[in-house]
Amino acid sequence: MAKKIGPQTVKLRTPVAIESTGSVAGTMEGLGPLGSYFDLIVDEDNFGDTFEKTEIKMHSKAIEIALQKIEAESDSIDLFVGGDLLNQIVAATFAISEYSRPYWGVYSACASFAESLQIAATTIEAGVAERCSVSVSSHFSSVERQYRTPLEQGSQSAITSQRTVTASGGAIIGQSKGAPTIVSFTTGKIVDFDCCDIADMGTAMAPAAAHTIITHFLATKTSFKDYDLVVTGDLANLGFNVAKDLLASEGYVDIGNFSDCGKLVFDTDAQNVGQGGSGAGCSASVFCSYIYKLLDSKQLSRVLFVPTGALMSPLTSFQDGSIPAIAHAVQIAR
Amino acid sequence: MNYLWVFLVGGTLCIIAQIIVDNTKYVSGQILVMYVVAGVVLTALGLYEPLVELAGSGATVPLTGFGYSLVKGTFSAIDEKGFIGIFTGGLTATSAGICAALVFGYLASSVVKPKTKI
Repeated sequence: MAKKIGPQTVKLRTPVAIESTGSVAGTMEGLGPLGSYFDLIVDEDNFGDTFEKTEIKMHSKAIEIALQKIEAESDSIDLFVGGDLLNQIVAATFAISEYSRPYWGVYSACASFAESLQIAATTIEAGVAERCSVSVSSHFSSVERQYRTPLEQGSQSAITSQRTVTASGGAIIGQSKGAPTIVSFTTGKIVDFDCCDIADMGTAMAPAAAHTIITHFLATKTSFKDYDLVVTGDLANLGFNVAKDLLASEGYVDIGNFSDCGKLVFDTDAQNVGQGGSGAGCSASVFCSYIYKLLDSKQLSRVLFVPTGALMSPLTSFQDGSIPAIAHAVQIAR
Repeated sequence: MNYLWVFLVGGTLCIIAQIIVDNTKYVSGQILVMYVVAGVVLTALGLYEPLVELAGSGATVPLTGFGYSLVKGTFSAIDEKGFIGIFTGGLTATSAGICAALVFGYLASSVVKPKTKI
């Protein structure tokens, strides 16, 4: 059984394997620095009839690709865990409904992929399931419609804003030997620094990221030097710098191996994406493509993956609510 | 000369809005409302009429001009119909604009599809 080794941290006694991953991305993401790592690049406007239907199809495709790579049948999956950013997490639900298997829908905004990994790892270690599928997606245009303004309005985005990544990532979690494994994880707590600017989510999420990273380090008695890569989910340029400052103020200054999926997925100098990428599909697709491939080819052997999520809703924002944030850490070893 | 004034007045109104967009957290919907209300207040105080005489559509096309039309319509309806004009005047005077926005918006949405910005 898993063992609690810190206030928020769990170490798995029998490491759980990430057997396979699949990633699907849109045009803009395909044009970015990680374009060659994605399994499939699709037309984000016409892959499905609508933006939402496109996202559903991309979500389902990521799972399908992950299953195909290990020649697994969907019947071998005991539990599907998935989420996205749409109301009632419909992208995950509609995508997974076609498999007709047990399903847990989850939501922790852009940290949903890490939450799904933690649930799958715990379930497998507890012997409740032998093999799980985890999948998460987001779509620029469906998210604009849901959280901001309709595309037709042509609103200008603020300089601090980020671009929601149109992508999905799916992973098959099981017990096979030889694959990268989840060795421990830290479940984040909700951190609210009373940030209210929904055009600057990176800054709102940075304290949660720093808190979870430090909590994980203390519980596992590790530090940046013990990892090849410590990567947050979607802080992007501005939030990443805030996180670096927060870590520096706690004494973590030698952090050359610290990065962020929102910074990796786009070339912020060449692409018109504000501070960088965001969205649930950002960390999911970067992990399921770039990071997993580097782990699989042994170019990386110790990774701390820390997706970050902003937990507000359009309703709470209209009511001048703050932006509560969360970050979940998953430690992966090769 | 007319064209110049139209350009300068209309352009200035737009620059002010852009400065608000860039320097405050107001979103476009809030700024639109602000502009309509500003047009109403300025017209009621008699300050907008001279701008319309000087710049024509430079002052009537930006959203402050919508506020101007609301007030002008209300005033003339009060002259014609009395008390009930307070309620009918604003919408009567702006009905062409509102109807055009609906009709052309509907037509546009039935022939074009929004696309993700690349």
